[in-house]
Amino acid sequence: MQVEITVNGQQRSDDVEPRLLLVHYLREVCGLRAANVGCDTTSCGACTVLMKGPGEVGGGTSVKSCTVLTVQAAGQQVTTAEGLAANGELHPVQAAFRQEHGLQCGFCTPGMVMAAVGLLAENPHPTEAEVREGLEGNFCRCTGYHNIVRAVLAAADGAAASGTAGGERAEVSA
Amino acid sequence: MIPAPFDYVAAESVPHAVDLLGSLDDDAKLLAGGHSLLPMMKLRLAAPSVLIDIGRLTELIGIRAEGDELVIGAATPHATLATSDLARADAPLLAHSAALVGDPQIRHRGTIGGSLAHADPAADLPMALLALGGSVDVLGQGGTRNVAAEHFFTGFFETSLEPGELITAVRVPRRPGAAWGYQKFVRRANDWAIVGAAAIDGRIALANMGPTPLRARAAEQALADGASAAEAAELAAEGTEPGEDVHADRDYRRHLARVLTRRALEHRT
Repeated sequence: MQVEITVNGQQRSDDVEPRLLLVHYLREVCGLRAANVGCDTTSCGACTVLMKGPGEVGGGTSVKSCTVLTVQAAGQQVTTAEGLAANGELHPVQAAFRQEHGLQCGFCTPGMVMAAVGLLAENPHPTEAEVREGLEGNFCRCTGYHNIVRAVLAAADGAAASGTAGGERAEVSA
Repeated sequence: MIPAPFDYVAAESVPHAVDLLGSLDDDAKLLAGGHSLLPMMKLRLAAPSVLIDIGRLTELIGIRAEGDELVIGAATPHATLATSDLARADAPLLAHSAALVGDPQIRHRGTIGGSLAHADPAADLPMALLALGGSVDVLGQGGTRNVAAEHFFTGFFETSLEPGELITAVRVPRRPGAAWGYQKFVRRANDWAIVGAAAIDGRIALANMGPTPLRARAAEQALADGASAAEAAELAAEGTEPGEDVHADRDYRRHLARVLTRRALEHRT
């Protein structure tokens, strides 16, 4: 069936099967591969994206896109990690993850970042305990939680300068 | 994992949903947040031919006080219930239980009506509804009926909902200031209860101590007869036949029921 969905600010109209999961729509129809399929059972959070309904304010709430049908997202705005950076500037949460090295293998990172963006929208100044609880739906199997929590706290403090996307990558990999 | 194929129709109103339920195949299922149903469909434990989406019907979403009851729309997400000032003031046990369902993303999508209709005996909201002495408003082609929690949960993942019926709202008594306790024993963050216990006003409900959420009636009776919390809690597992699994055998579950009931009766959360 035909669905109209706004993905990362871009209005789309696609013909989808009712059983198409949102994560598969994003990855295979939209070509956006940030949301990962990890556990595929609503546990790990690697597929986390933001969803916002027509009447809602703010940037949307975090959802696990492996457990949402694409047809349920009809008429909604969906934001993936690809949609966070604007005008070449990393989103403050992305910049904080880079600054605090909030990742190891990187598989959980897009979901972790989206969950963190959703968490800070609901609670702009969380305590460390609130960050840990707020991210309980996201697993890092490298168990690199310490820096992830530090990154979210840094983003909340506004401590992370939003760097130019890609600008310092050479330095990191050197 | 991909669900088996199905047809999808978004209901335009509650009466439309009831009409659709009456006119479509018997195995049509209602879809709200989908956080119980879709995992079952992905595992092919459920394969309905049609999904009727009621998740965006605003008439089913919201929390209001009505006399001495708090009325929660069936499609109200757990996150909304958990953070509602009204619910936290008038039914804090219920708001607390909603805050313990799954994780933040799950609470953004999962709904109270869906959780109750799914009727997992290990889940939070069925136990909370039973502890509070709440009820559900059920609408079918024959009209509306109200079903007390005691009569709603009839078996393992089974309720007294008839084919063609949907839950429209959930009712709990408003009890601002009443002392309550809520205990949920888990091995992993955001898991279902291995055993749970909720207590308020001399009522005690247990999760995962049988095929449905259960009242700990022997312990309740002891309390009514003047027993202390510790004495009453010793009777919490009386008459229960809990299942066994990798997490706990029967004796351990009974032990947990006694310990968790004592803590709940001591108003611990």
